[in-house]
Amino acid sequence: MIDPILDELQRNSRSTPEELAKLFHQDAAAIAAKIKGWEEDGTILGYHAVVDPERTGHNGVTAFIEVKLTPEREGGFDRIARRISKFSQVTACYLMSGGYDLVVVVEDIDLRAVAQFISEKLSSLEGVISTSTHFQLKVYKQSRFTIQGESHLGRLPVVP
Amino acid sequence: MNNLASKVSRQLQQIPKSGIRDFFELVQGRDDVISLGVGEPDFSTPWHIREAAIYCLESGNTAYTSNLGLLSLREEISGYVQRYFGPTYDPKSEVLVTVGVSEALDLAFRALLNPGDEVIYHEPCYVSYSPSIVMAYGVPVTIATRLEDNFTLLASDVAAAITDRTRIIVLNFPTNPTGAVEPVEELEKIAKLAVEHDLIVITDEIYSELIYDKEDPSKVPSHTSIVSFPGMRERTILLHGFSKAYAMTGFRLGYSCAPSILTDAMMKVHQYSMLCASIIAQKAGIEALRNGAPEVEKMRHEYALRRNLMLEGFARIGIPCFTPGGAFYLFPDITSFGLNSRDFAFGLLEKESVAVVPGTAFGASGEGCVRACYATSRAELEEALVRIERFVGTLR
Repeated sequence: MIDPILDELQRNSRSTPEELAKLFHQDAAAIAAKIKGWEEDGTILGYHAVVDPERTGHNGVTAFIEVKLTPEREGGFDRIARRISKFSQVTACYLMSGGYDLVVVVEDIDLRAVAQFISEKLSSLEGVISTSTHFQLKVYKQSRFTIQGESHLGRLPVVP
Repeated sequence: MNNLASKVSRQLQQIPKSGIRDFFELVQGRDDVISLGVGEPDFSTPWHIREAAIYCLESGNTAYTSNLGLLSLREEISGYVQRYFGPTYDPKSEVLVTVGVSEALDLAFRALLNPGDEVIYHEPCYVSYSPSIVMAYGVPVTIATRLEDNFTLLASDVAAAITDRTRIIVLNFPTNPTGAVEPVEELEKIAKLAVEHDLIVITDEIYSELIYDKEDPSKVPSHTSIVSFPGMRERTILLHGFSKAYAMTGFRLGYSCAPSILTDAMMKVHQYSMLCASIIAQKAGIEALRNGAPEVEKMRHEYALRRNLMLEGFARIGIPCFTPGGAFYLFPDITSFGLNSRDFAFGLLEKESVAVVPGTAFGASGEGCVRACYATSRAELEEALVRIERFVGTLR
């Protein structure tokens, strides 16, 4: 089972060790040490704010690019997938089951830059057979947050 | 027609107005209040359950159901109760779907009591117990539970309260308003008393999924109901519902599980008064029991964290509070501040706009305590703690 403190950090990465200490009735220093351990061993890769892309004022596009690959005799898809992941335009890259091999995500960049990345970098890589690009049109939910979700329930203030 | 008041039945006239009412009016007149005065989850019903209710409407399922409730729901209930509480109930004759536990409780009293029969229950308790007994012409016999026992019920107190008019013992663990969980040894002794004196036990299990380990919020403790002891299934009416664990208060859905003779008797009252619970709520209930467990655990875990947050806050401020094993309430002891619970609650509302419910709203034995519900966002709880600390600072 996932460590409950790690689970909590995934929901709210801003929780401080002092706040977590109150929630879990554990020692704040011990929690801080635990978090430091996760940061050092790569369990925690980083922290970021979850934003509603429509409110940032930036006009970039987000694309999900399906990529078909020729696997290699040794290492399968790993070498080429890692190579693709290193491009700074790529914000996520996953090996998939099904009709294609990788899904490569580029976020909030200029349309021309996406085209350039695909035609000049991605498609020309050895081992890439084909690509198919899907543009994101609207975001309804992002990293567990529903955008424009619930009208909050009006509870009565005092109920037996 | 003058003097309409005299037209109200004498039985009803003897029931006092709810002690919570005037406090409610006061809170509602203000808009800056952080309310720890609620008795329901702050979560909306999990989406998959709401979606099942929507689908029910969409597909035109808008008719009456069987008086007992949809058989498919009763089958799910029977399966769930067997897994969680132990005993097996026949969905065809021993499960009755009701409009919340409150209706089921009313049915049970009306089905079982003759005028003058005594019903034993523990206080502080949910506000409807005494009125429901009186409306069924029974006589409420309260046992005050004590702060020094963490508001658990002592079997010796039960034994002392039993007379030859006693018909029913009502239990509610985890308890609203204290959050108390009954130790298994005491439950067993109470079960023995019930068998020995041939009494019916009504166990209100509405909070039974919301239970917490002493320290570890991730750990789900096991729950023991009095119905699981020898000789108890045949004399127990197990009441449960969807409001608290599944955050479905507004759906108004509960149920009773009891031997068929008792179920039949309750059903008689139910069919002529309520007819059946809403089909929409019932369809949502099926979805809740089939697929709701992960959502229940998410909410339970969150309550566990909030309970810890509040306990830590009260300890820091210096408000004594026992660690409750369940529900979503703390019942701190405010006697050291020189105010009774009503004045404390009114003062806190007046000075700092934080609403807690005076312990006395749940019976005289709640004096000296207030009920603080932590089914509210962590940010609000943190702010409430800051305000409470400021308030008690002025009392020292």
